[in-house]
Amino acid sequence: MRDNVALRRAAGPGLVIVLTSIALAVLDISGQSFWQGLAINLAIFMILTVSLNLTSGFTGVFSLGQIGFMALGAYISAILTLPLAEKAAYLSDLPSWLAGVHLDQVIGPFPVGFLAATLIAAVIVSGVAWLVGRVLMRLSGHFVAVATLGFLVIVRVVLFNADAFTRGSRTFSNVTPYTNVWWSWAWVLLVVYVVWRIKRSAYGRDMFVQRDDRLAAQAVGIRVMSPRLLAFVVGAFFSAVAGSLYAHFITSFSPTVFYFDLTFRVITMLVIGGMGSVSGSILGAIAIVFLTEGLRRVEDATLLYGLSAIILAIIFIVVITVRREGFLGQREVPLDRLFLRRQKTPDEPKPEAQSP
Amino acid sequence: MTDYAIQQVVNALSAGSLYALMAVGLAMVFGILRLINFAHGDVMMVASYIAFFALGAGLSLPIALPIVVTGTVIVGLLMERVAYRPLRGAPDVALLLSSFAVGQILQNGVLLGTRLAGLPTLIAFPSPEILNGVVTIGAITIPKVNVASFFAGIVLLGLLTVFVTRTTLGLSMRAAAEDLSAARLMGIKVNRVVATAFGIGAGLAAVAGVLYSVQAGQINPYMGFTPVLKAFIAAVIGGFGSIAGAVLGGYVLGFLEVFVTALAGIGDLLPAGSVPPEVRSFLQTILPSGLGSWRDAVVFVILILVLLVRPQGILGRRGPDDEL
Repeated sequence: MRDNVALRRAAGPGLVIVLTSIALAVLDISGQSFWQGLAINLAIFMILTVSLNLTSGFTGVFSLGQIGFMALGAYISAILTLPLAEKAAYLSDLPSWLAGVHLDQVIGPFPVGFLAATLIAAVIVSGVAWLVGRVLMRLSGHFVAVATLGFLVIVRVVLFNADAFTRGSRTFSNVTPYTNVWWSWAWVLLVVYVVWRIKRSAYGRDMFVQRDDRLAAQAVGIRVMSPRLLAFVVGAFFSAVAGSLYAHFITSFSPTVFYFDLTFRVITMLVIGGMGSVSGSILGAIAIVFLTEGLRRVEDATLLYGLSAIILAIIFIVVITVRREGFLGQREVPLDRLFLRRQKTPDEPKPEAQSP
Repeated sequence: MTDYAIQQVVNALSAGSLYALMAVGLAMVFGILRLINFAHGDVMMVASYIAFFALGAGLSLPIALPIVVTGTVIVGLLMERVAYRPLRGAPDVALLLSSFAVGQILQNGVLLGTRLAGLPTLIAFPSPEILNGVVTIGAITIPKVNVASFFAGIVLLGLLTVFVTRTTLGLSMRAAAEDLSAARLMGIKVNRVVATAFGIGAGLAAVAGVLYSVQAGQINPYMGFTPVLKAFIAAVIGGFGSIAGAVLGGYVLGFLEVFVTALAGIGDLLPAGSVPPEVRSFLQTILPSGLGSWRDAVVFVILILVLLVRPQGILGRRGPDDEL
């Protein structure tokens, strides 16, 4: 009987995964590059939004530095995967220990070098986040927002000035386009699973508790620093992954991309979906990506450039004025209860007790 | 060497005045509402565009400036009424995010407007005659606009001091910053006080915007971002929410920036034989000539250090919920 319930719980998310996979397979076979690009874009934004949700939505520590981690991930992984010929041509000033590295190995259809570079970049960025977080997670409220914004500016200045590694303000180009729909959506699956598990774990509950009432949490012995730091570091890890995916999707970029517009867009997705809700972040990302794409077409047709950003900002203000907690607040779409029987068996806890 | 130092001090005072003018607007609003008004830089940008059109129409500065200030104050008041008043009582972060959205609307609104008017994104600013050229005192030459920035800062901030210490409305503003609910119980009309803070902030930002545009020589819809960041830093260094702190922070930041820029490459600049070679090579190591382009990063590192060591700033007081 218990196995049966577990199976039924898994059926809802499983169905979504299967349907998404079928959609991706159709996309992959159809060869529609526009829709593939949109799907990859959507996946990257989902990863960013879910990881920002972990960092900021779960803990209440509002970080504006996430795109800085994404930028570091993009540059580090792109430097690692760049083939030797391109390195010699574009990054001739690279120090010798790095100039010989080229993670461009492919086994069959599987770019192992890309995977390795993404992981290395994400681990390095997590280390940076740990150092930064050790210092900044002590702050709260506005101060952490301003300090993390400072981190974003510092990353930008470093990228502009580290010519030997990043080509400075010039475009970093000729990155191999490894990112495809499968890579990007596999990472979406992983980030959603990890963040959802964290939400249901003791660490996740600590995050929410210290967010809602820090003094009460401390009074009953719940640590504040370590759950915050965990959220910050894991969020940075996945932001770096998103950066790596982005770099190997767009193939040429400069430090200007990773700045305030992108930060604001991810925050919009997060807040509209609901701070604290993983499924809310997914829905927020879907809503904003499609809305932006639609508005961009209107812009192209009418030549009224800037209109889409204005409309997005107005929607944002209306949402936080009328419905402050976003679509879902911190609730989740009850996918796991989709296939549960309605009647309650004696040994099964009430469904209400399952969600925080 | 003395001339060089004096020159740098003047530069610092001039930059500091602009930062102080901007930071005061942020600090007044923060003091009352605990809102970091990110759109403040974009209000300054709007002022620059109004000035562009007013000066471009051939108006002289004394006639154009009141128009610019009035227009910008209207924008500031509208912003408060539409985007911030409905959110009164919301969490701090909601207000902060709303100010991002307002900034986006202003930037893209101006972008859209300039496109419709057939103007490019980046346009040259018509510098008024009176601010062109330099003042020469002995061996020192200072651009007139820097002198104007310094005096504008001193005069306006002096007037602001008189306003907040000598008038009823100014006193109500300080009372509201002290304790909003107590002020309300004492019969202070909070909405009027908040609107005043936004209005004065926008007016000061308008003056700063004109001077900043003359110094930069060109304007674009995104030009407000760097000044608002600098103003934040100034306000945080001085003590967020304190008007005097914002002014002090503005000048401290001006000096810090000039200091970082002026000291960059000082090892190469010193005349031969004036210092022992070990001192020179030490200076070259810790202050390389490329440091100037790292200025913003250095300033933000200082900001983060201030937040960690003394989050209440030089003149501020510690809030109950600011730090663990």
